[in-house]
Amino acid sequence: MAEFTLPKNSTLIKGTTYKAPEAAKNVRRFEVYRWDPETAENPRIDIYELDMDNCGPMVLDAILKIKNEVDSSLTFRRSCREGVCGSCAMNVNGKNTLVCTKAIDEYSDTIKIFPLPHMEVVKDLVPDMTHFYAQYASIKPWIETQTPAPSDTERLQSKEDREVLDGLYECVLCACCSTSCPSYWWNGERYLGPAVLLQAYRWLVDSRDENTGERLDELEDPFKLYRCHTIMNCTDTCPKGLNPAKAIAETKKLLVQRKLG
Amino acid sequence: MVRKNSRPISPHLQVYRLPLTGIISITHRMTGVILSVGLIFFVYLLHVILAGPVSYLELQSFMQQWLAKLVYWGFIYALFFHLCHGVRHLVWDAGKSFDRETLNRYALVELTISLLLTLIIFLFI
Repeated sequence: MAEFTLPKNSTLIKGTTYKAPEAAKNVRRFEVYRWDPETAENPRIDIYELDMDNCGPMVLDAILKIKNEVDSSLTFRRSCREGVCGSCAMNVNGKNTLVCTKAIDEYSDTIKIFPLPHMEVVKDLVPDMTHFYAQYASIKPWIETQTPAPSDTERLQSKEDREVLDGLYECVLCACCSTSCPSYWWNGERYLGPAVLLQAYRWLVDSRDENTGERLDELEDPFKLYRCHTIMNCTDTCPKGLNPAKAIAETKKLLVQRKLG
Repeated sequence: MVRKNSRPISPHLQVYRLPLTGIISITHRMTGVILSVGLIFFVYLLHVILAGPVSYLELQSFMQQWLAKLVYWGFIYALFFHLCHGVRHLVWDAGKSFDRETLNRYALVELTISLLLTLIIFLFI
């Protein structure tokens, strides 16, 4: 059931302010969500004033600067710093994005950084992704076949068949879309969410996959698929420019087409 | 590691800035509820009108108040807005019109058309 307010242990308290060095001329204010599992305290907002003349261009650079120079206890995920690994997904100024591909200059004034919305927080900006990954595994994100593999070649795909996967295979499973979706917030236990549904569609339309029927059976469920109400936050927020809402609509269409025979 | 506190839930509604499509989506729901509840009042109005000339006149003067007018026209706008976004859903269900670039534009088109339809009713009533 939807709970619109935060539970008692999740409401925010005021944190510490870290001033920029006196000499800094180009100062930007960063408000960052912090939660330490080793204290009994509620999450807090720490404020970091950073010297932008001495900082890289991306939001991730600012976060790294905080960790390197101001507060080494700040905890977050990051790896590739070029939008390929999907680790550094966060909520920045009210919208989910990969902070490594988001320029600081795209925002004016204060930058507010939170973990992905409506997730259990492990520490600071690190959400618990266990359930998300379990949902991903549940759609069997691999090729399933009935026929024996050709003896002399691999299972080949025509150029056109491969093109069908454009706009789907680029997904890096950063979970920006799923955690932007109010339906996923309220029904994430059972609703698969846009990221996983886009992946499900990716395997539905793969010309080499031979289990389309079973995959559709699995998805034909009031919660798994049909909690999508085309709110469009997913497509709006996807840092890779993909369109999960369309993939979901196409999946619904496949189910209707199957029913109509 | 000793955990002294159960894991918090990260802020959601508190921090998320809904895009126009998201705002329209929740408004569509709310107008749905308003229209359903409003239907009861609509039936009540009919009842008052049918009850005879005295109650009819009372209703007439009641409807002259600005607040009553505002609710009345708000209701009509809600009806057309709900209709327009309903049509938008039909288009989406056909798998069409999902381009990221056009989402906001069509959202504005919906709002404009529902406003125009309200205006047409206003001019012809």
